[in-house]
Parts: sequence; structure tokens; C-alpha cells
Amino acid sequence: MLSRTADHLYWMARYMERAENTARMLDVAHQTALLPGPHPEHQEWYAPLNITGALSAYSSRYGEVRPDRVIRFMALDPENPSSIFACIYSARENARAVRGSISSEMWESLNATWLELRNATFEQIHADGLSPFFDWVKERSHLFRGVTFGTMLHDEGFRFIRLGTFLERADNTARFLDVKYHILLPSLKDVGGAVDYYQWSALLRSLSALEAYQRTYRDAITPLRVAELLILRDDMPRSLHACLNEVFDILQKINGPSGAEVRRRAGELHASLHFGRISDIFQQGLHEYLTEFLRRIGALGEEIRRSFLLRPQQPEARPAVALAQHQ
Amino acid sequence: MPLPLSTAVTDAETRHPPPAFDEMYRADGAPFPHCADLAGWLKAKPLEFFQRKQREAELLFRRVGITFAVYGEDTGAERLIPFDIIPRVIGAAEWKRLARGLRQRVVALNAFLHDIYHGQDILKAGKIPAQQVLSNAVYREEMRGVAVPNGIYAHIAGIDLVRVAENEFYVLEDNLRTPSGVSYMLQNRRTMMRLFPDLFAAHPVAPVAHYPQMLLNTLRQVAPAGVDDPTIVVLTPGAYNSAYFEHAFLAQQMGVELVEGQDLMVRDNGVWMHTTEGPQRVDVIYRRIDDDFLDPLAFRRDSMLGVPGLFASYRAGRVTLANAIGTGVADDKSTYTYVPEMIRFYLGEEPILSNVPTYRLGNPDDLSYTLAHLPELVVKEVQGSGGYGMLVGPASTAEQREAYRRRILAEPANFIAQPTLALSTCPTFVESGIAPRHVDLRPFVLSGKDIMLVPGGLTRVALSQGSLVVNSSQGGGTKDTWVLEK
Repeated sequence: MLSRTADHLYWMARYMERAENTARMLDVAHQTALLPGPHPEHQEWYAPLNITGALSAYSSRYGEVRPDRVIRFMALDPENPSSIFACIYSARENARAVRGSISSEMWESLNATWLELRNATFEQIHADGLSPFFDWVKERSHLFRGVTFGTMLHDEGFRFIRLGTFLERADNTARFLDVKYHILLPSLKDVGGAVDYYQWSALLRSLSALEAYQRTYRDAITPLRVAELLILRDDMPRSLHACLNEVFDILQKINGPSGAEVRRRAGELHASLHFGRISDIFQQGLHEYLTEFLRRIGALGEEIRRSFLLRPQQPEARPAVALAQHQ
Repeated sequence: MPLPLSTAVTDAETRHPPPAFDEMYRADGAPFPHCADLAGWLKAKPLEFFQRKQREAELLFRRVGITFAVYGEDTGAERLIPFDIIPRVIGAAEWKRLARGLRQRVVALNAFLHDIYHGQDILKAGKIPAQQVLSNAVYREEMRGVAVPNGIYAHIAGIDLVRVAENEFYVLEDNLRTPSGVSYMLQNRRTMMRLFPDLFAAHPVAPVAHYPQMLLNTLRQVAPAGVDDPTIVVLTPGAYNSAYFEHAFLAQQMGVELVEGQDLMVRDNGVWMHTTEGPQRVDVIYRRIDDDFLDPLAFRRDSMLGVPGLFASYRAGRVTLANAIGTGVADDKSTYTYVPEMIRFYLGEEPILSNVPTYRLGNPDDLSYTLAHLPELVVKEVQGSGGYGMLVGPASTAEQREAYRRRILAEPANFIAQPTLALSTCPTFVESGIAPRHVDLRPFVLSGKDIMLVPGGLTRVALSQGSLVVNSSQGGGTKDTWVLEK
């Protein structure tokens, strides 16, 4: 298929998935902020800025980190490329460029999402209590994915859509897991305490993983198990392993002589998850492991672009995950 | 999509309008025999029926997403072109004559294009002043001597016709560059068949749905020599073009790729498209980009839409462009006046379809006549399209005429003038009920090895009472056009 068409489909899916994940990210910050206890400097609100690499852009325009400003910036600011608004706009523009290659139901669903979002105001989503808005974004993303699955020919174009979805999701789940790294517990004695518990459960909930956790472990929430669930469990739909299963499978089905290096890299990354042990990951250090994973998934994305999608202008990649811890 | 404004002008705004010819009802109020059944049906149904069907039609159009982008509006501004649910009927015999006339005209136009880019016999014979052709801004000297497959230049032609009496059709304009509107012709029919299956059961309506297949065949027939199984693409300026829907629609219907300039590259004199499996050779390009923007190396250097090197590849016969480069010189409004001469010169036949009588203001007699009769005439720029920069005499104010007179006098050869025509009307469903509204017709003629056309074309209708303008951006709509098979 035409490289540009594949590129639009791939980015349409990535942006839609990214919008959903930004909503999830804001939701976890919001949930955490609702927890009792001290919230020095609104530090849970640094997380969405840090993990999307948007902190400096935020600071230069909005100054101090304040919950309402972060939400405004991350949800509705058209100038922030990570905002829900910008992501859905970009998803829709990509879809519009290849309307003939997607089903009309897909177009209508995405277009309706955009038309509704365009009219959203901060005052109104704030008055509704934020969560309904984040839920709405998630639902629209679910709907779009379902419509895609159920109405589009499962051809090459479909594979590029799915490829975009799972690559973006893997990237986002890794960033999420790293979120704990960006939220400091008030003191060491709080590790394993109530605040710690609530933070981990908020993280799980934001990835729709709390129920899966309970069903899988039927035990207390520990960082090790959370990491295992979200990195290595292949039956957990947002885990790195599950995403790489999809990516690896899809790449086997995308034809072309130029894909050999892509398939090799995906296979390598997939194998490391397939055969990985959580104890090894913790030995390396979770943050270090995730940083390395993000580098590799980024390199895989770059290789996909080079092999299949190359055209003169590309949407810019998101800045690499912020390595510096806020303090 | 804003179709080029029909430059037809009706009588409606003149002070003493001649009666317009109605295509369904005779002057005495009785329907023409071939419309009798439809007229009966119109009479039998209550108004609410048509209101309901009209709403259904709009819903269908919106759902399918048949919209046109509106320039200058907010992102996502897409509008529906109004669709009228009452079909326009053309009798079998009428169409037969029209079709013969259209073929004849398009054959002559293609012969003319071939001639002026080769031997220029018609200029040597003095039938058309050489200056008229050679100093025309859209004449492409670069095309001199370039061989094109089958000698065809205008593979897709849209010929705008108006009707003033029972057997009196006039050609208003030839569109030989990138005529649009065929997607509406197809969607209008689909919509009508869904809304009124019973009508189709009762009328022998000639089908049009095979147009994309015919277009595909035509494009295949003009592939470069030696290419048996050509790869065909549709080249669009992109999603922001007002006719983007049509480009995407035709590509989808033909099952070929819809490409933008950035998807193509020229290598070893051949044209290739970037695919996920590497470069793939392209043999025929149905381009919906104007000549000027096709190749920044050959034409406008600032074009971001084109493909560098495309013209060189084209000249070398490695790729076919449909339509060919340089067809504009044959559909120019002042060249138009010579088409009957072309038909006589190349075919040795008398034209079956008439031109609207046209005054060339470069000619002093015509100029003085026109200036003396401005309130009755329509004056157009030779190079104008989309209806911009024209003066509609009967609808103009004295100041407008005065301003226009100064423009004419500054460069008379830039203008032509035509009498105001009494365009035919068809019953149309409007707010007040069913009422006559003015229409025109754009049939599409395909030329490859054979000449093909589907019966009918796109009927545009001026929806407001007495309106002259069938342009979609000015509130004009479209109708399904029925050609009866017997």
C-alpha cells in the first residue's frame, strides 16, 4: 500500500491511543490528589508533565504547577502536542487524509468525537468533576477501536492501524509505570504504607488493571507484582508483553523486503519480554529498565518509519522520557 | 464541491422575460408523453411525502459523507450540496441526438489539440487565427511534437449544455482540464434508487453506475506503449481541495491508489510511487491538479503539489497523464467560438450541437455592439472560470456596467459576450412545494481507444426562484438525470 496512506493510518491510531492514555494519566493524577494526606507542591501533577516531556513547555506558558492549569494544558490546550485536544485533532486530520481507506463508520465515529471535543471548555469539564470527561475520552477511544475492528477490511491498512495502537500503548504503559518514580513519597517510612498502597492502586486503576491484579494475585499490592503484571503478563491487555505480542505478529504479516530489520528488532524486544524475569528487572532497577525499554520501543518506531512510512514531513516524535526527577 | 459556476444566465431577472421552456410540461400544461408517468406520480403524492423523502435523502448524503470542503472556513467545515429529489427526464430520442453531438464535438476537440501541438494545419488553413492559439496563456509550447497515446488529449471532457426549447440545446462551455461533478451524478442515482425503487421499476432508466469502470477502461487504453497491465493512480492536490471527496471516491470506485505529489517520484525517467513494499512503477495518472502545478521543474516552481521531473517523463512517453497537458487552449472561452469550425475542418461534418452565439470583443464590430447592449448581454472573461469576473447584464446596476465597461475597454480581447438565454426549467421540490427551476446539464465524455459516455450527466439546478446561478457555492443544487431507454 501507499506509504503515505500507511503513515496516516498508523498515526491516526497512535494519536487516538495517545489521547486515551493522556486521559488515563490525568485521571491517575486526579485520583492521587484526592487521597488524604499532604500533597507538597502538587507533586502528583508533575507526573503527567514529566512523563510526556512537556514540563518545560508548561512552565514557560503557565508558570507554577497548579492542578487546574495542568488539566487545562494537558486536556484542552491546542498548542500542547500531547494534549487530548491536539491528539484527537491529529487523529482526525490523519483519518481525513485517507478517508477512502477507512470505513465510513470509522470516519463518522472519529469525526463525531472531534466535533464534540471542539466544544468542550475547561469550566464545563471541571464543573462535571473531571472524571466524566476522562471516561468520555476513554470510551470514544474504545469505540473507535471497536468500530475499526468490526467494520474495516482486515488488510494491510488495518495492520498499520493496529501496529500504531500497540506501539503507542507499549510506550505509554512504560511511561505510566515510571510515574511512581516521579511521585516521591513524603518519607521513606511511607513506603509500603497507606499512601503507597493508594498510589499503586490508583496507577492500576488508571490502566484498567486493578481488577486484573486482584484476580491474578488475590493479595496485597506490591511494586514487584504491579510491575510483573504490567510488564510481563501476556494476558494483561495493556502490558508491555501483550503489546509486543501484537506488534511482533503484525510485523510478520506486513509484506515487503524492507521489513527485515524491523522484524528483527521487534523479535528481539518481544523475546526479552517473553523470556524475561521480574527479579532480573528489579535487579537492574525498574526505572532503568523502563528507560531502556522506551529507548528500544522508540528505535523500533523509527525503524518502522524508515522501512515502511518514509515521506518528507513527519509528525514530530514526543521528547524522550524525562530522566531528571523533579525535586 | 463548488462546481465551476455555470455561466448560463436565465431570463428570470430581465424585465420582460421570454417564457422558459419547461422540460416536463408543455405550454398548455399537459406533460410531454415521455414524462407522463412521472407527472402523474408527482400529482398523486402528497406534499408530506416529498418532505419526508427530502429529509431521508439529506440523511443519506450526510451519512455517506458526500460533502465539499468550504475554503476559508474553520477546520472541518464540510457542507452538503443540496439535492433535489425530483428527477429530470430526457427522452431516448433526445439523448441519442445529444450523444451523437457530444461525441462529434469531443472528437473534433481532440483532433484540434493534436493538430495545434503538431502540424497546425487548422492555423495554416486560416480557419482560426494563429494568434488566437499561439499567444494564448494556456497554450503549452513545451507540448509541441510530444506524442500522446492514441493522439488523445482530453480523455475526460465535461460539456456544459443548456436547453432553451424542445429540440434546442446549446453548448455553453467545454471543460477539458479537470472537469468535476461526476461523483454527484453517481451518488444522486444511488440515492434515488434507495428512495424510490418503485419509480425505477416503472421507468426504463438507463444506468450510469458503470462510469468508474468505463473510466478505468479508458485510462487502461491510453497506457504507454508496451505496458499491458498498467498501474493507474488518481493524483489529488490533497484533503483540503474542495473536490477531494470526488478524487477519493473515484479512486475507491476504480480500486486504484489515490496519491498526492509527495507520494510520487521520478527515477530513470519513470514515475514511481512510494509504497510500504518499496517503489512501485506508475503508468497512468488521472490527475486532478492543474497544469501549472504538475511539475515544479517544468512549470510553477513554487508548486508543492507536483512531482519534480514528471514532465520530462511524460514527454518521453513513459507515463500517461489524463488529461494531457495543454488542453486548456481548447476550452478557452474565445477558442470556444471556433469549435463549429473545427468540426467542419477535421470531420467534414456540420455540428450537431450549436454554440451560443458569441461576440469576440477583440473584434471592433462585436465590441461596439456589446458596449451598446450591455444590459441585455452576459460578458465573460476569456480566461475566467468559476463564474468570477463576469457581468450579467440584465441583473446588473448602472454602476456595475460602467465599471465593467472600463475593464472591457482596457483589454477588449480578454472578453466575450453572449445573449441572455432562457434556460429550461424542471419541476423541483422547494419550500413552497413543487415549482419550476432552471437547470443545466454536464455530460461526461470519455476518450481512449473508443469514445464512451454514460447516458445523462450531472444536472445542476438553481434552487431559488428565478435564480440564474446553478453553482453549488451559491445555493445551487443537483438532480438525478434520467435518460429513458425507450
